Amino acid sequence: MSDFIATNVPKFTSLFTAMAAFFIILAVIFVVAGFVNGKIARPIALVVFLAPALLLLLAGLVIPTGRTIFFSFMNPNSDGFVGLENYAWIATDPGVRTVLFNTALWTIVTPLFTTALGLYLAVMLDRMRGESIPKSLIFMPMAISFVGASIIFKFMYEYRDPGDSQIGLLSAIVQAIGFGPSNWLLVKPLNTLLLMVVFIWTQTGFAMVILSAAIKGVPTDVLEASALDGATGWKLFRGVTFPMVRTTFVVVLATMVVASLKLFDIVRTMTGGNFGTSVLANEMYSQIFVQFDAGKGSALAVMLFLSVTPIFIYNIRSLKRERSSK
Amino acid sequence: MFKSKKRILATAGIAATTLVASLVAATAPAAAAVDCAPYAAYGKHTGKTVEFNTSILDPEKSTFQKVWKDFESCTGITINFTGTNQFEAQLPVRVAGGTAPDLAVFPQPGLLAKMVETGKVLPAPASVVANVDKYWSKGYKDLGSVGGKFYAAPLGSSLKSLVWYSPKQFAKNGYAVPTTWAQLTSLADRMAAKKQTAFCGGIGSGGATGWPATDWVEQMVLREHGAQVYADWTTNKVKFSDPRIQSAMKKVAGWMQNPKWVGNVKKIATTTFQDAGQGIPSGKCMMLQQASFYAGQFPEKNIIAADGDVYAFYLPGTNPKVKTPILTAGEFVGAFASRPEVAAVQAYLSSAEFATAKVAEGGWATANNGVPLFKYKDPIQRLSAQYLSNKNATAVFDGSDIMPASIGAGKMWTEFTAWFAEGKSIAAVTKALDAAWPKS
Repeated sequence: MSDFIATNVPKFTSLFTAMAAFFIILAVIFVVAGFVNGKIARPIALVVFLAPALLLLLAGLVIPTGRTIFFSFMNPNSDGFVGLENYAWIATDPGVRTVLFNTALWTIVTPLFTTALGLYLAVMLDRMRGESIPKSLIFMPMAISFVGASIIFKFMYEYRDPGDSQIGLLSAIVQAIGFGPSNWLLVKPLNTLLLMVVFIWTQTGFAMVILSAAIKGVPTDVLEASALDGATGWKLFRGVTFPMVRTTFVVVLATMVVASLKLFDIVRTMTGGNFGTSVLANEMYSQIFVQFDAGKGSALAVMLFLSVTPIFIYNIRSLKRERSSK
Repeated sequence: MFKSKKRILATAGIAATTLVASLVAATAPAAAAVDCAPYAAYGKHTGKTVEFNTSILDPEKSTFQKVWKDFESCTGITINFTGTNQFEAQLPVRVAGGTAPDLAVFPQPGLLAKMVETGKVLPAPASVVANVDKYWSKGYKDLGSVGGKFYAAPLGSSLKSLVWYSPKQFAKNGYAVPTTWAQLTSLADRMAAKKQTAFCGGIGSGGATGWPATDWVEQMVLREHGAQVYADWTTNKVKFSDPRIQSAMKKVAGWMQNPKWVGNVKKIATTTFQDAGQGIPSGKCMMLQQASFYAGQFPEKNIIAADGDVYAFYLPGTNPKVKTPILTAGEFVGAFASRPEVAAVQAYLSSAEFATAKVAEGGWATANNGVPLFKYKDPIQRLSAQYLSNKNATAVFDGSDIMPASIGAGKMWTEFTAWFAEGKSIAAVTKALDAAWPKS
């Protein structure tokens, strides 16, 4: 440990020097801007406060996006234009078709299932005695990374020849009740659904916690009033509780849609995109970093970007609407 | 700040002193014993330094340094070993930036060709040409040549055409090591008749899943059709859909996708290549086609020897017209500088003296036929060298390394995985591969 510190002292020194320099420059700018007054005071203040954020946004987001779009019209080495060839490849290649189909499947099945299950758990556990214990347990997988969870589930789906002792839980159970074990990750389209289980397992807790908070936000007088009017159980949920947490439900759903669109780690870890389970983000990675085709990879990245955008726009608009209605 | 700096200086000082002391202690007695006569031909280059840039890392690095220590002390050259696992990415950057290393160890001919295109790689000096002509078969010289001009001498080589088996299990069952393809298939049939799994298989390898299957196809393309078709295949002059390539793939299908011999074919796709051979010592499965490096995959308690727990035999040829076909991998040393000390190191590395000293350290083989086979430390490396240094062998390089990365390190892996895992037809696999071959 002391060796590590000793050898890295120059690095840390330059790191801290750079950070200190950054803050000193900022402080100087702020002080100078503070002396300005009169008509130009406000525009200057705006520039001074916004410039760092805008600069970082430009360097970290706008320029890379532009470059990616630019590269998507170029050849694998990004040194010659190929027109729309990369997009034509996305539209026609049968392998990519599977990828797009899987991504669509992920974005429809996982968010709905995760959010619905989260809502169900939130409603059922609400005001139960000792509700925090099951809730904590359900929330816990959230602390495990996708890669970690994938490795755990890879062991659960592990396959050994029939008759051998199965080290995979799923095969062991199936074998114990008298069926032959199956090589789960090879069976299409079951394998994609089995990968989704990993996502659902880690994310349901998150959906549950957010929705549970929204349910707890429903005023008690409203609930009591509807109870007096005879609304209980399903009727109460459908007519009162759900409409009041609808916005939260949609936000959670949209978050899940975006997460499953961008999904990469589970597929990469469990199948590497083989056996017909690849998704958009995994294919993008393979194209750029395994096959060194920056053109096709960028085109896939642009596709991903385009499919995420409408959801973000919707999210921002519904947030705005909510704010203006309050 | 000041105080901590002082302490670091002090620590560094102590470290340096102990280092010097240990160096003195280590070199003092040895220096007296060095016989400089064998190194006289390389001349005196006192105070000169040569950079040796490579993807080779420890512990291999230290054996290299141990082997060339005497060369360094006798010629006065310091060989600066700079190893990085980012070699393939960094070398083009360094060459483009005008800071190319003196010597670069190319892990595959494709990268050498790419660097020769820049015009910065220098043709091999006369002394190296003489060594390569003397010690290597022509196939290796061709691998180190680009456009008919010879640039890089082979360094280490490894043999991919091996079949791992358990001598103990073979003895127990009364099996003999097969030396022809017909013997291999009839042996596999005998095993199948005894309800044994003749061939182990596993192509799982994380993001590189599928690569062992590319090796199997390469073996068969070479064995069935010879070096010329193989070379044309790696440059796409012969397409994947060519009947010859398809017939080689059918040969693989009849071997590694033959349920009679391998059991569950699809399981090969989900078994990692590391796990594939673990059943060999116990006889769970009997044979595995894998490269010589696979020796490292067995637990240490398994003795690797002709009468041990595991060992390998040469994968026999299938077509008598192709003489001793071998699939190899290995490195090549190319130079970016023509200074006399660089040429001296280059000549030394291509000499039989260097190779002989290096094989005695173990874990390494060369196709240099100036090395007496008994000098090898590991039996498996000796076996490899026996084929690698065979002048009559039809030696080719791992084809997926020569093909463009989008095929050799991409589409070929995924398509061959689909071939094993999903039963995708050979026609569909080859069609997809031809379509994916980069234009231009």
